[in-house]
Amino acid sequence: MTKTKTISVIVENQPGVLARIAGLFSGRAYNIDSLAVGETEDKSTSRMTIMATGDELVLDQIVKQLNKLIDVIKVVDMSQESYVERELALIKVNVAGKDKTELMNVVNVFRARIVDATNETYMIEVTGTDEKITALTDLVKPFGIQEMSRTGAVALTRGKR
Amino acid sequence: MNGAKILLECLKKEGVDTIFGYPGGVVLPLFDEIYSEKDIKLVLVRHEQGAAHMADGYSRSTGKTGVCLATSGPGATNLVTGIATAYMDSIPMVALTGQVNTPLIGNDAFQEADMVGITRPIVKHNYLVKDIKDLAQTIKNAFHIASTGRPGPVLVDLPKDVFTSQMEFSKYPDQPLLRGYKPTYEGSKVQIKKAAEMIEKAQRPLLYVGGGVTLSNASEELIKFAEKADIPITTTLMAMDTLPAGHRLGLGMLGMHGTKYANYAVQESDLLIAVGARFDDRVTGKVADFAPHADIIHIDIDPSAISKIIKVDLPIVGSAKNILPELTKEVKKKEHKEWLTQIEQWKKDFPLTYRDSDSEIKPQYVIQKISQMVKDDTIITTEVGQHQMWAAQFYGFRKNRTFLTSGGLGTMGYGFPAAIGAQAGNPGKLVIDIAGDGSIQMNIQELATAVKYKFPVKVVILDNGYLGMVRQWQELFYGKRYSHTIIDHSVDFVKLAEAYGAKGIRIEKKQDVEKALKEAFAYDGPVIMDFITAREENVWPMVPAGAALGKMIEGELA
Ligand SMILES: Cc1cc2nc3c(=O)[nH]c(=O)nc-3n(C[C@H](O)[C@H](O)[C@H](O)COP(=O)(O)OP(=O)(O)OC[C@H]3O[C@@H](n4cnc5c(N)ncnc54)[C@H](O)[C@@H]3O)c2cc1C
Ligand SMILES: Cc1ncc(C[n+]2csc(CCOP(=O)(O)OP(=O)(O)O)c2C)c(N)n1
Repeated sequence: MTKTKTISVIVENQPGVLARIAGLFSGRAYNIDSLAVGETEDKSTSRMTIMATGDELVLDQIVKQLNKLIDVIKVVDMSQESYVERELALIKVNVAGKDKTELMNVVNVFRARIVDATNETYMIEVTGTDEKITALTDLVKPFGIQEMSRTGAVALTRGKR
Repeated sequence: MNGAKILLECLKKEGVDTIFGYPGGVVLPLFDEIYSEKDIKLVLVRHEQGAAHMADGYSRSTGKTGVCLATSGPGATNLVTGIATAYMDSIPMVALTGQVNTPLIGNDAFQEADMVGITRPIVKHNYLVKDIKDLAQTIKNAFHIASTGRPGPVLVDLPKDVFTSQMEFSKYPDQPLLRGYKPTYEGSKVQIKKAAEMIEKAQRPLLYVGGGVTLSNASEELIKFAEKADIPITTTLMAMDTLPAGHRLGLGMLGMHGTKYANYAVQESDLLIAVGARFDDRVTGKVADFAPHADIIHIDIDPSAISKIIKVDLPIVGSAKNILPELTKEVKKKEHKEWLTQIEQWKKDFPLTYRDSDSEIKPQYVIQKISQMVKDDTIITTEVGQHQMWAAQFYGFRKNRTFLTSGGLGTMGYGFPAAIGAQAGNPGKLVIDIAGDGSIQMNIQELATAVKYKFPVKVVILDNGYLGMVRQWQELFYGKRYSHTIIDHSVDFVKLAEAYGAKGIRIEKKQDVEKALKEAFAYDGPVIMDFITAREENVWPMVPAGAALGKMIEGELA
């Protein structure tokens, strides 16, 4: 049975690390759904948040193979933890000749925001889990989505580290 | 001090005495320092692939980390097959490659190749050193990574300006700086106790032993454990030399070309104890039918090797060297009379054999002869093909680190340079490459290296005029359509040997086999022996690809 897992990886903040991770996934034919990279509180490290899909054996191997990389300092399998996960998306929607109030209702319900508006298009900014963003995009789809950009999820475990 | 000199100082601190290498533009400053270097010997090869396999053969035979060196671009890319070969068999090696000047990197400069990118999937780790200040620490890290945990090759890419820039150098770092790397050596006490309980209950336990035992020099620990618990042992191709041939508990090799009794034992066992083995598809056959009645204990230093192919019941992560003695303490002294009697019966009913001939030289016969004639510390290397399998089957190994063969990548052209590397690390020992007439031509240029440095390696070509292993598959599975596997009369190996200044002997009759071997072993220099063998001999038994391990096929024997 396939599942999706969020994995948080602390790596050395060095050139080439992203290529090692990407190469691991492509070389071993693992599916990567999203990957977000950024600095952490410690400038010498970065955090990569990876969402990957596979059966239990594959997901297990992904965690082990990540751990095996020399530049990887720590791997946290978030599914074993209580954690907060967020993703940001920008969605450009067609509004020309459409009912804007209906769109605004959707935006408000999701506590999203309009961050740019022209006569033809509105740009929606939304943060939340993967499910929330997908739900919002499904609802605005009938308006016609012109362009969309998603960051991929970032995640942290709850409480004291 | 310049970077080139610092590099050599670092290598000396790591105990490096030999580098296998080849010069070129960007490594000129390094070769200039080597020119006046006294403590490190550079063996000049004829092709960089040879250098990589030599470093590998040096490493497998001595246990030390092998070092090879090539210039940027084509020199470095020529190392790739050798690095991949070492990676697949977990061999500790440091590959040093020159790189273009740092400001030119990324410009498609003359002889630039992105070696860190190219080798990423075939190294344990790699580095591009961009600043002389990082050089010493990087070398420290590289040797540490290569030789600890699950060993493997590490590549260090060194731009020309790193060799030429200057820096004060007083002290080689005594510690690696690697916060993300902590291999586990000690096995969990709890898991070891559980293993002992499972062993206590088992009626038909079997040890499935692999390269991890060879790599960690744990032969003695293995034998002590097996003897106390009275457990038979089958070994992979990578561990044929961990148990002396003829040992009461030994079953020889398992897998595709393993013995029938080893494969039957796997299929009948109720507890399989895998030690430093990785459930390769040549071993398991059809995975779903592998060891169907057995619980599996897996001892391995690499957590990612565990449950990668087959879900194991009890993993113990750590080194075989540390875990086997702990396990020996925990288990009770046992006897498995019934099980061992059953195995003895299989050995009688299905012996490993071949049909000998007086009119032709059988390849297996040559290998048996060699086995009878040489001392225990003789080192055997092989190329890849039928001859490799016959070497595994019919040579009686007696000592750890005496069998050097490319198992994981299956690299034709490995054996000859590996033999030279082994000879460099073991002066005075007899080193023999068992070769096919196809494989030997893949790195034959290294004969010049053997002659030049007086490495007296002996090459035994089992000359069947075919790419035999592939021909065998064509015979069995492609209706004898020998598409591009016939290579007879491609070269006169005797003349070829002589052209390089080595000795060449052709052997066409069975009664001349022993005499020729004697002559070659006594000769003080490299020898090529061309044994004209039975042409269409097959390797038996054989588990066809994808079949269950117990379903072996066999031709007519004895
Ligand atoms: C033509 C051909 C035919 C072949 N046929 C066969 C065949 O019939 N039978 C066969 O067995 N092979 C065969 N092979 C070889 C096969 O392809 C594999 O290379 C081999 O089976 C792997 O051996 P291994 O499991 O011992 O693993 P290795 O590749 O030797 O791996 C070593 C394992 O030990 C672990 N390890 C390393 N250090 C330690 C330590 N200190 N403590 C514990 N664990 C450690 C590693 O993590 C790894 O899992 C054939 C190859 C060729 C080219
Ligand atoms: C570099 C490389 N190319 C191709 C192969 C595929 N291959 C495996 S065995 C073999 C034939 C080997 O022939 P030979 O060296 O004559 O040995 P024989 O099998 O006849 O003993 C080939 C082509 C390989 N293993 N390595």
